[in-house]
Amino acid sequence: MKKHLKDYWLFIIFVLFTAAGFIIELNIAQGVFNNFYSFFLTMVKFVPAVFILIGLFEVWVDKETIEKHLGEESGFLSYLWAIILASTTVGGLYVAFPVAAALYKKGASPRIIFSYIGTAAICRIPMTLFEASYVGVSFTAIRWMVSIPLVIISSILMEKMLDENDLESISESI
Amino acid sequence: MINYFTALLTTILFIIDREKTVRGLKIGFKKIRKNLPVFLNMIILVAFSLYFVSDDLILRFLGEGSGAAGVALAGGLGSIAFMPGFVAFPLAGILLEKGVSYTVIAAFTTTLMMVGIVTYPVEKDFFGLKITVIRNTLSLIMAIIVSIVIGLFYGELFI
Repeated sequence: MKKHLKDYWLFIIFVLFTAAGFIIELNIAQGVFNNFYSFFLTMVKFVPAVFILIGLFEVWVDKETIEKHLGEESGFLSYLWAIILASTTVGGLYVAFPVAAALYKKGASPRIIFSYIGTAAICRIPMTLFEASYVGVSFTAIRWMVSIPLVIISSILMEKMLDENDLESISESI
Repeated sequence: MINYFTALLTTILFIIDREKTVRGLKIGFKKIRKNLPVFLNMIILVAFSLYFVSDDLILRFLGEGSGAAGVALAGGLGSIAFMPGFVAFPLAGILLEKGVSYTVIAAFTTTLMMVGIVTYPVEKDFFGLKITVIRNTLSLIMAIIVSIVIGLFYGELFI
């Protein structure tokens, strides 16, 4: 229990300060709390489902399947899989991180999971539609053409920069 | 929608193999519990970011910025801000109408997407400090490259 409490230190401090802020009627406490509450509600609507899906993924999907398509021996096609998976990712990077960690534990290579995270940041479909309609289709097209190759190159670079110990720190956080 | 999908999938898998599905659900619930504090930390950071880096502030700051300083400011704000696409891009549209350059817009939106200060608690928990720092640094460099290419394309920058 003590260990669990330690994980919540920031949250506990936050609650105390917000409560104090409310008592002395500080505007910032009210504003920050409203943001916290509304974003918390947004997260509750879909993040638990993501973790349930990851749990099912871990039990149902064979390691061989992931290794074959996204592992060390997989070819160019694996990047395409990573991009397709990324473009359909919901939410934001905070969803991509647990998904990427689960893929890594199932045998996906580091360069593929970094490509997945990178493209999940820049290629999510709903976001791209907003971008194309408000800023322009050519803007989106150039951004994709420049950033996707850059993400793949940087992922390969990252794989080379990191050693076993660094990769060991990738956890599924169970 | 994802909740309906998850419920449907769980039901189908449950019919196929009860034991396996229950095991998966248990892992899932365990993960939710284990990750709760990390996500709460992120939500706290987001709450502060939304308060201090508001839409108005971004409009005010980026509205005047231009050149290298404008790009640096846009990249900095994009890195610390947190906004979903349906807020960020209409905002970018307003900035464009106000005459802000595509170069600055690209620096802002690309760092917003790729560099995450507020998602730091989650990223560090899953990938460790070193990977988190390297990934965010590389992302910042990539965002600058993207904004330069955008600038060249729209004829705002010349070599």
